[in-house]
Amino acid sequence: MIQILAFYLFAIVVVLSGVLCVTARNPVHSVMWLILAFFNAAGLMLLVGAEFIAMLLVIVYVGAVAVLFLFVVMMLDIDFTEMRSGFAKYLPIGVALVAVLAGEIIFATSAWNAGGIPLGDAPTPDPEAIPNIQALGLLIYTRYLFIFEGAGLVLLVALIGAIVLTHRKRGDVRHQNIAKQNQRRPEEATVNMKPPVGQGVEL
Amino acid sequence: MISWFSFLPYGLAYTVATVIDILVIALPLMLAVAMIIYADRKIWAAMALRRGPNVVGPFGLLQSFADGLKVFLQETIIPSAANRGLFLIAPIITFTVALAAWAVIPFGPKAVLANINVGLLYLLAISSMGVYGVILSGWASNSKYPFYSAIRAAAQMVSYEVAIGFVLISVVLWTGSFRLNDIVMAQRGHIFGIINAFGFNPLLFPMAVVFLISSMAETARAPFDLTEAESEIVAGYQTEYSSMSFALFWLGEYGNVLLMCALNATLFWGGWLPPLDLPFLYWVPGIVWIFAKILIFFFIFSWVKATVPRYRYDQLMRLGWKIFLPLSLIWVFLISGWLMLTRYGV
Repeated sequence: MIQILAFYLFAIVVVLSGVLCVTARNPVHSVMWLILAFFNAAGLMLLVGAEFIAMLLVIVYVGAVAVLFLFVVMMLDIDFTEMRSGFAKYLPIGVALVAVLAGEIIFATSAWNAGGIPLGDAPTPDPEAIPNIQALGLLIYTRYLFIFEGAGLVLLVALIGAIVLTHRKRGDVRHQNIAKQNQRRPEEATVNMKPPVGQGVEL
Repeated sequence: MISWFSFLPYGLAYTVATVIDILVIALPLMLAVAMIIYADRKIWAAMALRRGPNVVGPFGLLQSFADGLKVFLQETIIPSAANRGLFLIAPIITFTVALAAWAVIPFGPKAVLANINVGLLYLLAISSMGVYGVILSGWASNSKYPFYSAIRAAAQMVSYEVAIGFVLISVVLWTGSFRLNDIVMAQRGHIFGIINAFGFNPLLFPMAVVFLISSMAETARAPFDLTEAESEIVAGYQTEYSSMSFALFWLGEYGNVLLMCALNATLFWGGWLPPLDLPFLYWVPGIVWIFAKILIFFFIFSWVKATVPRYRYDQLMRLGWKIFLPLSLIWVFLISGWLMLTRYGV
């Protein structure tokens, strides 16, 4: 009973905040609704017993990706009227995209209902026996090690690519030499002139 | 706790027991925050050869409550240019997140509200949400200094979370569990079978230091309090806040500081275990030990606040990205290599 209540609570909030994310006038509000949607999606993950995925969803999406979104959106100076002016023009493409997506989802679920493609025994261990962090670790680091490392390599390449693309040499910047700053002692920077009482100092 | 309410149906008994457990943690925590603010001011004053609060109550002990009452009776001012909803939600997020994280901190072998097997990940998830309180307040205030402060805070917290993540990974590697109680139990007799702490392990000690410094940066305490650097940006993101909305920031901030002290104690210095693995020390309940350790760490936090000058922002970023990140990454390699050689076999 309580599971069903929790499911509908999370699901309704996810759908509602998804809708509000698209329709909100203020882009910062949009991002906030998106965060609420992520958070409740994590709640749905918890309900199906995938606590590891739920925590990762919050850490990665709420903690990192959405902060980045928020950053960008807060910095941008967006003209709302201009943004909404192309609505009618893009409507047919949008509707077509939605139709394709919905068609694929319906097709895939009905195929799965018909039995799916037989792949042999599922490699997953019994979820009752071991917690799902261990189950994931056992699979990722043994059976799927090369796929996992390949994914890591792709991420590394993307990381380096992002740095290379955004890094530019600028001539007009004064760089700080931190080691030099740390080595500086008071004697090098200051001098005590010991002026006699009543007289000033000439520098 | 649930067994006390066995006359109720199970679901209801569970709810009632959990609500009482939450209150048992949250109410003393609020009291502790009030007293810790007083202690912070006293320590800070003593190090500056001042008296500190000494008027309200004996030794000024009731100062925090007087401040709380004053703030409670003040008018809440919302700037007319502010984004009303987000302006009011921001301090609530900060405060809620600071309280929610305490759910997984163990105070004894059984005394933990949620003994979940993803405890550390839960802490990371909750603490990564803490940044929203700051960003939103900065943006919603619609004022330039809060906005600068919000940008600083977001960059700072995201940077130091990376180093903290690697520190946590090295502890988890050594323990083999994300459950905080397992981490505490793994420290029992860790050094020569008598000292209950990971911190004295030469491989983990550098991580303990990195974690202590990163936790100061993560909670934006001095010397990393660039987000509320009064000489540059007034009071940072709190500039436009008044009365209870300001107090919620204040409570949340100190709640986070206490949480970080508790985490330092739990991850590296034995948590609720006594410092030495001697039978008679276990007669003292675990909550006393963890409380003593929290207080020691809080004293270190205050000490640093009173003695270390504020970092420059580029120095802060350099420390996070160019020193702590590579250092903790190398240490994760070292620790996993050591464990592979000694525990698991090549």
